[in-house]
Amino acid sequence: MKKERFNQIALDGLVRQNPTLRLVLGTCPTLAVTISAINSFGMGMAVLFVLVCSNVIISLLRNVIPDRVRIPCFIVIIATFVTIVSMFMEAFLPSLFESLGVWLALIVVNCIVLGRAESFASHNPVGESALDGLFMGLGFTLSVTLIAIVRELLGSASFFGMELWDPSKFSIKFFTSNAGAFLTYGLFIAIFNVCYNAVDRKLKHKHAQQTLAPVTVAETKEAE
Amino acid sequence: MDVLGIIFSALFANNFILAQFKGICPFLGVSQKPGSALGMGLAVTAVMVITCAVTYPIYTFVLVPLGIKYLYIIVFILVIASLVQMLEMILKKFTPGLYSSLGIYLPLVTTNCAILGVAQLVTAEVAATSAHFAKTLVVFGKAVKISMAMSFGEAVLSGLFYGLGFTLAIILLAGLRQKVDRLNVAKPMRGFPMTMITACFMAMAFYIFSLIG
Repeated sequence: MKKERFNQIALDGLVRQNPTLRLVLGTCPTLAVTISAINSFGMGMAVLFVLVCSNVIISLLRNVIPDRVRIPCFIVIIATFVTIVSMFMEAFLPSLFESLGVWLALIVVNCIVLGRAESFASHNPVGESALDGLFMGLGFTLSVTLIAIVRELLGSASFFGMELWDPSKFSIKFFTSNAGAFLTYGLFIAIFNVCYNAVDRKLKHKHAQQTLAPVTVAETKEAE
Repeated sequence: MDVLGIIFSALFANNFILAQFKGICPFLGVSQKPGSALGMGLAVTAVMVITCAVTYPIYTFVLVPLGIKYLYIIVFILVIASLVQMLEMILKKFTPGLYSSLGIYLPLVTTNCAILGVAQLVTAEVAATSAHFAKTLVVFGKAVKISMAMSFGEAVLSGLFYGLGFTLAIILLAGLRQKVDRLNVAKPMRGFPMTMITACFMAMAFYIFSLIG
């Protein structure tokens, strides 16, 4: 695979099409699990695993699955991997399984997984699909964990479960509530949009200058 | 279980969107206009009732006796997907008027956390793993524990009222967005962020219901 293609897939997953902050997909688990950073990281890893596996299988079967029944086929493949993840977690990480609860099973109807199957894995080769799943999963994990760190820090004065200071001295209970989840997520999208647009403008400006520069040199030479 | 308790908890205290975060995607996506919000809400309600009525017997009389409870995710999602497809065909054939107003929302309903969520809520053992979502409420002087083992009638009833609670929340948001979307806010805040903040205030209001008792 070319390096440019790799960079494109990686940047799309992490920044340009970040599922949580740019496309605003899979909002339900994002709002629900960001109450603690450990939960969010676990959820992110579960989604990452399901994304990579389902992308690989769907990409392998992309010429076999008839177009008219593709959505049920995708859902069955995804549901299989979700079952595997939840059984694995129940056996080896029972506390995480307990606290994620219903959200593990609901990965099946997560828009991110089905969206990537539909828009990427169903018409791209296996290697690229696996990479796409990996980086989309990482993008989801990173943004969810970031939101969770902020909510946990402000709401219960702890960082990944470690208490940093006495919560009775300073903590805003609002951030652990449902309303706080909506507010934090909304502000995160806004802040990410500001940063993204600023960087994008700068890069475009730089790119324009780079492409302009040789032309002007050539023109001046011609003029001479 | 107390019927009033189920109704109150499904509509307000355990409202699917604002208290349990299920079905946020249509909540944000199909709430520009109150009309389409109503259509989406009714489609979700119809599918929820049918889902409860079908998944409850499948779980209790097929999956549990055969000892294949762990297959419930695959079974439920397949049943829901085919049910929605069937409902769409029936509506198209017999009530074209209803189909043209409700039909476009039906495929969206399949991949909706709310539907699979309600199917899980009505099956007792599954709900037990998500015990922290279940709240013990004291409604009108009686203690009501939500998501305990339910009977068939209770399952269908709670499906109906969870659906109506969803409809209530999505129509309220659509009404608010009629005003909020026209406000002159900073550019990065437009769209999703403003909708989220509107939803934040709605969630605060609904939080009060869970304190009643």
